[in-house]
Amino acid sequence: MSFINYSSREINCKIVYYGPGLCGKTTNLQFIYTKTNPDLKGKMISLATETERTLFFDFLPLALGQIRGFKTRFHLYTVPGQVFYDASRKLILKGVDGVVFVADSQIERMEANLESMDNLRINLREQVYELDKIPFVVQYNKRDLPNAAPLEELRRQLNPMGAPEFEASAQSGEGVFETLKAVAKSVLSDLKKLSR
Amino acid sequence: MFDTQLVMYEEDHKRVLHVIGRLVRDANAKGVFVVDKNGQLIAEAGEVRGIDTTSLASLTAGSIAATGGLAKIIGEEDFPVHFHQGARDNLHITLVAKRMILVVVFDDRSSLGLVRLRVKKAGTELAKVFEEIQKKAEADQATGNSSASPFSEITDDDIDNLFAD
Repeated sequence: MSFINYSSREINCKIVYYGPGLCGKTTNLQFIYTKTNPDLKGKMISLATETERTLFFDFLPLALGQIRGFKTRFHLYTVPGQVFYDASRKLILKGVDGVVFVADSQIERMEANLESMDNLRINLREQVYELDKIPFVVQYNKRDLPNAAPLEELRRQLNPMGAPEFEASAQSGEGVFETLKAVAKSVLSDLKKLSR
Repeated sequence: MFDTQLVMYEEDHKRVLHVIGRLVRDANAKGVFVVDKNGQLIAEAGEVRGIDTTSLASLTAGSIAATGGLAKIIGEEDFPVHFHQGARDNLHITLVAKRMILVVVFDDRSSLGLVRLRVKKAGTELAKVFEEIQKKAEADQATGNSSASPFSEITDDDIDNLFAD
């Protein structure tokens, strides 16, 4: 749920990176963090286990610039991908304005991708959100790996609704900013639509 | 619970600042923050220099969400009051109007008892302010009053320009 503050002339929006365990959600945020001008970003917070698996969430605040005199700020969150952290995922989805689904392109992770997508749909529905109606972008990550499934197959299974989609390799940063821009744009367009 | 977008006008923000400014003084607190349950910082007062307020807001919301989940597991609706004791500084966290979180940072110039007492009064006042904001938002939504959002004016070009690099 976006927050518009007339006093400080700020608009804050929340974007959540969703996807199966080890698909690269945290890596996406880390890349954005390292490549963003220090003036535009806040501290990145990672609540992770000792083995660097996300335990609760990662958080990165970003300032994108001004629209009509209002500073636009995006709060990027990741969820813990591992199946048993479902309660935490539900909490993080609260008040979301846009979702990025990070799919793991590796063919052996197809099942995990599908399970996570179903889980996203269910958890959004609990908040009376429909995946097809909110700003939503799909990222096919790990395209650089030799065991990556063909794009058409991933698309057929994970994005039959034809949401904006991007190929990526979050380790090298390929596709990371394209994904972020697409979801941020979609969130702002959605706010514009809602205000009409 | 708010289902509508949160829009805060200057006069509402001033009212919130007035209440928490007084709370800082009455409770001898170092700082007071109002955070919404989604992790957005709404207002701050007191000695907040050097505190990463954006992170504070996000982690407070995370903590409240997690303990709220715990409450439900044991059959409670919520844990409305939290207290974290540190070596120097302490945190007192309360839920206000179901959606807002009031965070008080204090040290040994104050006491838990005093903070609790003052928070009670300030919490009631803040709840009233947020109820009114909510009513206003609902009325705007019902009448289709788009002046509530600066987005009614923006164009696709404005959005594109944000990403021009």
